[in-house]
Amino acid sequence: MIEARNLTKSYGATLAVDDLTFDVKPGTVTGFLGPNGAGKTTTMRMIVGLDRPSKGTVTIDGRRYRDLPVPLQEVGALLDAKAFHGGRSGYNHLLCLAQANGIPRRRVDEVLAIVGLDAAAKRRAKAFSLGMGQRLGIAAALLGDPRILIFDEPVNGLDPEGIAWVRRLMRDLAGAGRTVFVSSHLMSEMALTADHVIVIGRGRLIRDESTARFIDSSSTRSVLVRSPSTPRLNELLIREGATVETDPSGALVVVGLDAARVGEIAAQAGVVLHELAPQRASLEEAFMELTSESVEFHATGSTNGGQGDR
Amino acid sequence: MTAKPYSFANVAVSEWTKLRTVRSTFWTFVVGGVLGVGLSALISGVSASHYYSDVVIRATWDPVGRSIRPLLLAQLAFAVLGVLTVTAEYSTGMIRTSLAAVPKRTKMMAAKMTISALSSLVVGEVVAFAAFLVGQTMIHSVQPTVPYATLGQHNVLRVVIGAGLYLALVGLLASGFAVLLRHAAAGIAVIVAMLFIIPGLAAALPTSWSQPIEEYWPTNAGTEVYSLGHGAHALSAWVGLGEMALFTAVVIGVALYVLERRDA
Ligand SMILES: Nc1ncnc2c1ncn2[C@@H]1O[C@H](COP(=O)(O)OP(=O)(O)O)[C@@H](O)[C@H]1O
Ligand SMILES: [Mg+2]
Repeated sequence: MIEARNLTKSYGATLAVDDLTFDVKPGTVTGFLGPNGAGKTTTMRMIVGLDRPSKGTVTIDGRRYRDLPVPLQEVGALLDAKAFHGGRSGYNHLLCLAQANGIPRRRVDEVLAIVGLDAAAKRRAKAFSLGMGQRLGIAAALLGDPRILIFDEPVNGLDPEGIAWVRRLMRDLAGAGRTVFVSSHLMSEMALTADHVIVIGRGRLIRDESTARFIDSSSTRSVLVRSPSTPRLNELLIREGATVETDPSGALVVVGLDAARVGEIAAQAGVVLHELAPQRASLEEAFMELTSESVEFHATGSTNGGQGDR
Repeated sequence: MTAKPYSFANVAVSEWTKLRTVRSTFWTFVVGGVLGVGLSALISGVSASHYYSDVVIRATWDPVGRSIRPLLLAQLAFAVLGVLTVTAEYSTGMIRTSLAAVPKRTKMMAAKMTISALSSLVVGEVVAFAAFLVGQTMIHSVQPTVPYATLGQHNVLRVVIGAGLYLALVGLLASGFAVLLRHAAAGIAVIVAMLFIIPGLAAALPTSWSQPIEEYWPTNAGTEVYSLGHGAHALSAWVGLGEMALFTAVVIGVALYVLERRDA
């Protein structure tokens, strides 16, 4: 289990991660969600000890990453598609990592086969495409057969086939009882793969709940109604307790009543309807709304120093 | 799972794989060897051919120096190797992967420096012996009547072995600066300043200033091991090399201290 407690990181005046407390529980895919610049990469770098927290701690099963006896056998991390020396072959890259942790050489061939790089493994890595580089990074993460995997935006820059492959891999890993902690700036990506989401904005924790709950609670429902007698319908709906707005095309957007109730009210009053459509905000919209709130909150909330971005 | 913790030996094997699997290692050593032995042959041969026509050469004739001193140019290759083994980690992004595998940073860097210093020592000794033997052969074949040196003569073996040691030490010192600076250009600039520019500038100062600088400047002190005999104002060979080693140890100590504390 990964446990972050009051994790905070500032780079000079930039507060990249702000007092994050969360757990990543075993045997699940936990999505780490936030817009670009939210602090996802910084958090992951602190987990594997590349950056020092300014405040707070993060531990793996109660130990700091640097105290793990064999790091690659406990945590596999893909933080960057290009974290290898381009002059070295893919095989030798993995070999030197395996040797550092006393992992047998045959495991290098195994992970190369898992990621489908066996044919290209003897070529120098600088000739690799972005997708192949990503696969090499994933192979390195799998090298020690670790219980915990950390992937930072693993589908970035991949073609659709590669994306499907990564998704399947993450589900397989979690299915085999491993902990997968994966970041993305796209909600839709997480909806497909994650059981649980940790949402951050501007370095702060916004949500930490199951994906189903998050989707449910963050997508507002509304009903779109088109009618020749808009003003009369507007009045009736407000009387029933709805919030009503008029969209640019003249249709009413009703919040607080479902489509069936809107239809009944119109029928009782003899109002003709041309269109009656339940709307559901897309996940992406819901997510944007949520994180933009955090942006506003943060901008007004940073009274000390007055060096909020913008 | 009760896994065996990774050892320094594991990390050293890993660093050896890293060093031998990039082409730049091989080519840097080739450049160092060709430069060292080639220049030694050239200077030894030219000096011998002027032995009878040039009074100064004849008066100060030192066949060992003629073949070993040219290595002071080849040391650049060893410095470059020392810098690149470290800075390539940063310029390629490999450092993130390396430190994820070996989060004990001092262990990782110490293993890297041990491996590159040992490799430089082996290559340095080979180059030093080759330069000496090729240089003496040149002298003898250009002017068979000119005195030349053999390894059996007093202090000659010390000079040749010391020359290789010095080359390895230059590489280590360069690695120390590279850990501090993280960029190849900056690292090479600093080691070149140490080896060539500062001693060169010091020569322009009044003697009362330049004399102690020439004597005690760490890399100058190290080159005392290149001389057979020692003037009144010079450290002895091993004291000089020892001073340079001590200085190198301090630079590496500071570098590792900084490495442990900063963001990777
Ligand atoms: N090394 C660094 N130096 C200065 N600022 C940084 C550094 N790394 C990240 N930041 C800043 O910290 C914030 C969070 O960045 P990051 O963790 O990369 O976000 P994300 O991965 O969610 O896109 C951003 O404002 C970014 O500019
Ligand atoms: Mg990021």
